[in-house]
Order: sequence, then structure tokens, then C-alpha cells
Amino acid sequence: MVTVRLNVNGVAHEGRCEPRKLLVDFIREDLGLTGTHVGCEHGICGACTIMFNGEAARSCIMLAVQADGAELATVEGLMRDGKLHPLQEAFREHHGLQCGFCTPGMLMTALDFLRTNPAPSDREIREGISAVLCRCTGYQGIVNAVRAAAPILASGR
Amino acid sequence: MGVDLPRLVGARVARREDPRLLTGQGSYVDDHRPARMLYAAFLRSPHAHARIARIDASAALALPGVAAVLTGEDIARAAKPVRAESKTPDVKTTSFPPLALGKVRHVGEAVAMVAAESRYLAEDAVEHLAVEYEPLPVVRNTDEALDPASPVLHEDAGTNLLVAREFARGDVDGALAGAALVVRERFRFHRHTPVCMENRGCLADYATGSAMLTLRSSAQCPGLVRDVLTDLLGMPEHQIRVVATDVGGGFGAKASLYPEEIATCVMARRLGRPVKWIGDRREDLLSTTQAWDEIVEAELGVNRDGTIVGLRARVTADIGAYSIYPWTAAIEPVQTISFLPGPYRVPAYRGQARGVATCKAPLGPYRGVGRPPAVFVIEGLMDRAARQLGIDPTEIRLRNFIRDEDFPYKSPSGIVWDRSSFTGSLVKAREALDYQAARDEQAKARAAGRWLGIGVASYVELTGIGSAIPVSPGMPVSTGTEAATIRFDPAGKVTAVFGVASHGQGLETTLAQIVADEVGVPIADVRVLHGDTEVSPYGTGTYASRSLVLAGGAAILAGRAVREKMLLIAGHLLEADPADITLIDGRYAVRGMPDRSVAVRQIARAAYSGARQLPKGLEPGLEATKFYDPYYGTASNATHVAVVEVDHATCEVKTLRYVVVEDCGRMVNPLIVDGQVHGGVAQGIGAALLEEIVYDDHGQLLSGTLMDYVVPSACEIPMMEVHHLETPSPVTLGGFRGMGEGGTIGAPAAIANAIADALAPLGIEVAELPVSPDRLFRLIGARTG
Repeated sequence: MVTVRLNVNGVAHEGRCEPRKLLVDFIREDLGLTGTHVGCEHGICGACTIMFNGEAARSCIMLAVQADGAELATVEGLMRDGKLHPLQEAFREHHGLQCGFCTPGMLMTALDFLRTNPAPSDREIREGISAVLCRCTGYQGIVNAVRAAAPILASGR
Repeated sequence: MGVDLPRLVGARVARREDPRLLTGQGSYVDDHRPARMLYAAFLRSPHAHARIARIDASAALALPGVAAVLTGEDIARAAKPVRAESKTPDVKTTSFPPLALGKVRHVGEAVAMVAAESRYLAEDAVEHLAVEYEPLPVVRNTDEALDPASPVLHEDAGTNLLVAREFARGDVDGALAGAALVVRERFRFHRHTPVCMENRGCLADYATGSAMLTLRSSAQCPGLVRDVLTDLLGMPEHQIRVVATDVGGGFGAKASLYPEEIATCVMARRLGRPVKWIGDRREDLLSTTQAWDEIVEAELGVNRDGTIVGLRARVTADIGAYSIYPWTAAIEPVQTISFLPGPYRVPAYRGQARGVATCKAPLGPYRGVGRPPAVFVIEGLMDRAARQLGIDPTEIRLRNFIRDEDFPYKSPSGIVWDRSSFTGSLVKAREALDYQAARDEQAKARAAGRWLGIGVASYVELTGIGSAIPVSPGMPVSTGTEAATIRFDPAGKVTAVFGVASHGQGLETTLAQIVADEVGVPIADVRVLHGDTEVSPYGTGTYASRSLVLAGGAAILAGRAVREKMLLIAGHLLEADPADITLIDGRYAVRGMPDRSVAVRQIARAAYSGARQLPKGLEPGLEATKFYDPYYGTASNATHVAVVEVDHATCEVKTLRYVVVEDCGRMVNPLIVDGQVHGGVAQGIGAALLEEIVYDDHGQLLSGTLMDYVVPSACEIPMMEVHHLETPSPVTLGGFRGMGEGGTIGAPAAIANAIADALAPLGIEVAELPVSPDRLFRLIGARTG
């Protein structure tokens, strides 16, 4: 067993786990943050995407020990003062989610994408979110939501 | 009574389930971790067909943290075998043991189960299970399966031909012999798998003190699972609770009973501890029910003007190793021949269906069930006939559609189509696309050597099926009713409880819209509960595009019953005749006298405040439970048009435009209807171009990861243009028609036809889906050298 110290959504955590434990399992089981989902465990579907030191990363193909000392952000950290994040609002407004399973990973991916490309074209949005698979929406509501959120996020920066 | 609240039915109401799902507060199976819980893992067969000579669990059991190992024999002592019975002799009933008993019939079949203190330890233990297999010859495909020299997978059936069914009307042989033109094709729709983003999983907890079994499962049909567990486990129905609150996609994949659900219940009952199994993606691709895998040999006879004189077809489905509960092996092939005549007047028809067992994962329901292949076939034949006769593909359809004056129309397979908009949807789709402009554009592109094509697909499906016919042919389980309980609390807020379950369809929103309208409260005052057999009235679940029709109809009936009582109470409180009470601005008022009114909460409080607050003899309380049975079901139709371009160098197919004109009757929430169409079309495009389950000659799954099984990303899916016709169903309460599956029904045919149209100068027809770049490369190469 090894000790892992990290910061998630601005809160310091410490846990002990086997060196082989996946980061996503550590987040879900040891930290109890079940908003981050496991969809494929081989780095394709993107449901487990979190922010790792400020960049989107797949927590299903990382070990918890690799996150020792890291700053993570998960979907649970997006809401502020009881209000949805503007990107979450846009997803709701534009029906960017149905079953909700890919949604946490999609939100974190889109957030990272808009950070690097604050005024994207539709084509760029599609490429930007192509790292996450959604089986429900046909991506249309998601693309609409990301497009709508882009200027709001850009102006808030 | 007039209701002049803003009508919620028909409004684009943002979904009520979204805030919790957007903030990571969903309640999926894997999010639950009761105290003392064990984690399960399954050992799965590496062989496609083999006898199990011996299982040695001693090394696994010796590992620290391992609680128990179960094998097929252990399960057989604790649970009856699953047998998907059929009422018709056309379907042979076979057993599907939760863990392999004696032999395995496909790669990935569950052989043994381990429960341990962590998932990691459980998987370690699986590695330590020693199983001795004696391999048997692999039955690789339907041709081999039907060869008398091949081994029989299910000895008790005596044959691999598990399903044989025929529909016939008129003299089809004579009609085809006399036809001006007969087009023939051997269509092949390869094997597909649903890929819900949430893998299947379940969590069973058996409380020994109360003898109560609770199963949380990623299930579409909690009621159906509860009913069958009662039988299999020999437990009373009221001692079993099945919960499926948040489910990460279903698409039919989670509509069947699964071996892991039974095994997990048996393990939990045996150990008296909660046991959770969460499948990984490999297990999903190996063992979740798959779709299609059909060969359809079909012939369509037409007159010189393109009118249909006869249709003859034979469908052979590779149903895999097991007939699944409750739908049976008949579900895919028999649905395919049932829907093959499409929205057309087909005077003579003979459709034969065969379901053949092989060493692959079982076939099960998947979005559209049988209709995507059926539409691929009939729409492909219509286009072939049009091309050969020099008729425009939209024109040949208009000449053959069941006309408005023909409704209700009985199809050759016995389905009755109520008043629908077959012609209207195609006409509107042509307008929406600006069909002539698109053809002009195509002509220019062709002149420039580009491969640009336009593909049309029109279809009709049966939704909201009631008790008159089984959802799956021959199935003895009744699926014809659903119920709603609507209950006011004394503060005037409403809880509405349903036996259906939502896994992305937004039923918490649409059913709340219906309830709110019926009882006259704002939507914020309605809470919808679903997917929990403990709290809901009797029901089975969500499948077959039924929930909005059946549960929505039940909501209307229960809402009306509650409203009647509210009028009586309001009349009493206002000292007025209940017949004179009307609802104005959310208050029940005396007609023409808005000052004499009571708020909903005053009525609700009175309902629970004893005799003096109530009309003489009126029972206290304010709630109602009503069941709804639409008896037959209702048609739902659409026309899809795709414009595609095939890349000369890479054979990549780009979808340039995609237009849908759908008719789901009265729309409850256009936002959600659009979303269902978008998602359905995306799955249909994936099915047409990318997605294929591939087994090798040894029955090994080659498409066992999401790198090999290609689900479309946002880059492969176009922006879709969705338009609506609203022909209220004449046969359902509320005029609703089911629509969740439709996108996937129309899209494969529209894409296939568009590609064939693009490549028409080369004389290429598309008879095989998915038409992946490599298949397209071979098709084009064969023509161009």
C-alpha cells in the first residue's frame, strides 16, 4: 500500500491504496467522487476525463500513484454557490445530454477545449470533443451547447 | 373543465433530470457501495464451443479476500434455468444457464463467478481458477449451423434452426412471374452491438432478517426482471425489489434478463452480503446482446410504372448461442419479415424467417429491432427498381405508399397501420432538402467527376404496443399495460410514480409535463419516480418505443381521476356545483367568478383533513392509480434523406446533409423528440458505415475493444435537420406515438441508398452493411480495376 496525496477541486485529500489502483477507481472509491465515470478502461471512450494539473486527462489509464501531488478537477467542482457552471447551463439549455453517463467526461473535455480555443468553429468543436464518445445525443446538442457557451466563458475570462 | 394554465405538453421544457446528471450526482449502479459489499468478477470462456471437464477453484479460494466462487452447478442448485418460452411452435425453447453448465457455446460466456473484498482481488482470483475444457467443433455461421454434419448447440432442441416462421398474402409467385420487372438482391447486414456508454452491472443485497432481495441493475425493465427472478429464485414477488434509477443508456441492450443478474442474486443470497458486479468494456463487447447479423434474399416485382405487384423474401438470422429472455430468438428475424413490406401497398407477399444458433454472443433487441434491416432491404429494392425503370426514387415511393384514404391498412404480415403521414413526410422532406436543387448540385458534381449521392428512406414502425399482440412474436409475457400513480400530498405537491424506467429518454420531464397539465399544477410541483419496483404500480419497463404512449396514457387516466375528485372538493369548499368549477391561473374557480376560487394546496389540504372538509361520503385522500392498455399499438413514420460524398482516394463517406421528417403524433417535448432523432440517426450512421462485430474462424471476437469496434465520434456525425409532422394517433390516449427508435431505423437505408446513388455511374449497388471504407474500396475496385 502506498500513500497518495492530492488536491481535488481545491480540497486536499490523502489516501492509501495499492500501487496498481487506477486513478479513476481511487477517485470514485477512495474519495467517494462518483461523478467521474468508467466507460472502457482502455482510454477510448473518455467518460473518465478529468482535469489533471489543468489539462484534460483520462483517469482510467493512469494510476492513482501518478497523481501524487497533483491538482485535479472533476465534474463535482464545476458548480459554484449552488449554481450551474455556464457550460453546464448550456448543456441543459441545448439538450447536450440524455443518459448522462458520458456527460462528466464531456464537460471536462469541452472545458479544456474552450480554454485552448475560446472561439471555435463547429468543425473545431467536433474535433475538440471527439475524444469523448456519446451514444445518446448524436453530438448535435453537445456541439450546440459548446458553441453557445464559448463566448460566455471567453467573456468571463 | 377548462384548463388555461400554460400547456406544458408541446413545450420545449428543459429536462428536470439534467441538474443532477450535469453535476456528477447521478445514481448509476456503480455509484452505490453499501457496507460489507463484495465485488464480483466472472471467468469467461476462451473457447467458442467446448465441454467443461473440470473446474478447480481451490487456488482462487485460497487467496486472501476471496469470499466465494460459484460455478454452473452451484447456480443450478439455487436457481431454475432461464428458458425463453414461446407460444408458437415456430420457436424452439432452449435453456440459458446463468453460468455455463456442462459446456460453453460462445467466447465470453460466463463460466464461474468470484466474490472478493475488492474488484482487483476478484479479478486476481479469476486468474487462479483452473478450468479444463475439451474443445468442440465451432459452428461459425448459419450455413455451417444448418449443415446436418455440424454439431447441434442445444441438444434438447435437436437442431440449430431455432426459429422458422412465414407470413404470406396473395399469390406472390404468380405476381412475380407476371411482373414487368423483378429486382433481386442478397442483402447482408452484419453483426452490430449497442455500446451503451455505461457497461452492464448490478448490485444484489439479500437481507436475511427480512428475507428481502434488492437488486440494483443497469436494466431497462425492472418489473420484468423482478417477475422472472420470482420464478427463477423461488421467492415471493413482494420480497424482491429491482431498482434502476439512473441507467447509462439502454437502446435495447439492457432490456433482457442477463446471466450476471441471476448469478449476483444467488451469490448475495448465499453470503448474506451485498455483491456488486460491474462489467468492463471487454465483457460488454463479448456478452451483451448483439443485433442483426442477417442475410435477406429478396425479390420485388413491379409494373412498368413502378407500382409493386409482389415481394418475396427469406431472412436468415444468426441468433448466436442463446435464445434470450423474454424476447426469444425470434425477435430479430421475425420482426424483419413483419416490417419488410414497409409503408407500401404490397398486394402479394411471402416472407420467411429463420433463426439459426451459432457460437456467437446472443442476439437481442437493439434500437429498431428487425426494422433497420427490413428498411435497408425494401428501400434498397425500391431504389433498384427506380433506377432500372428510370423513375425518380421519390416518385416511385409516392406511387406505392399506402394512401391517406387507405387507412387503417392491414399489412401483409397482419399489422394494422392507423392514419399516418407516409406521403406527407416524403413531400415535406423533399421540400426541406430542396430536392431539385440538390439533384442539380449532384449533376454538377458528377460532371466534375465527384461521387455525390442522395439517398431516401421512408419507413413505418409499430410503437406503444398494447395487450393484443406480444412485443416479440410468440412471447408469453404480457407487455400490454403500464400504470401511473398520481398522489397529492397535503401541501399540494404531486408525486407521480411509474413502472417504466428512463435511461436517457427524459421521461422524468415528459411524464411530468403530462401530469402537470392534467391536474393543473406547475411542473415544478410534480416529482416523477420511476425505475423502482418497490414504489411503482405494476409495470414491466421501457422498451419497444412504448413508455410515452403507455405511461403517458396512464398518466392521463390517473390525472383525470384525481382532477375529478379535486373538482368535487373545490365545489364543496366554494359551495358551488362541481360542474361549474374551472381552473384559472392555477386556482380552481367558479366559472365566470374568478374571485371565488381555491388554490390547489387548499384542495389538497382539505382532502386529508377529514369529513368536514369534504363532500358527504367522499373518501379522504387525493391520489389515483390507473392502468392503460392501448390494446393494439400505433404507427410511427418518417422519411430520411441523406446527401453523401464518397472520397475517391480514401473511400471515406462524408454525410453532407441529413434531413429527417418524422411524425410521432402529438409531441410532448420537441427538445426531447429532436434529441431522440439525433441520437438514433447517429447510431444508424455508425451502423451503415463503421460498426461491425467480427468473429474469426475460431469464434474468437476480433472487435473486442473500442479501437476495433468503431463507434462514431462527433467528427463522423453531421448536423441533422429535423422536421416534424404531428398527425395525432387516432388510437392512443393523448394522440402520442412512440419515437425513440426511429432514427436508427431510417438511417442505414438512407446512407446506403445515398452511396449507391453516388456510385450509380459505376453501376455499384450497396447490398452489405456496414459499407466501411475497405468494403467500398473493394466494390469500387471491382468496377474500376
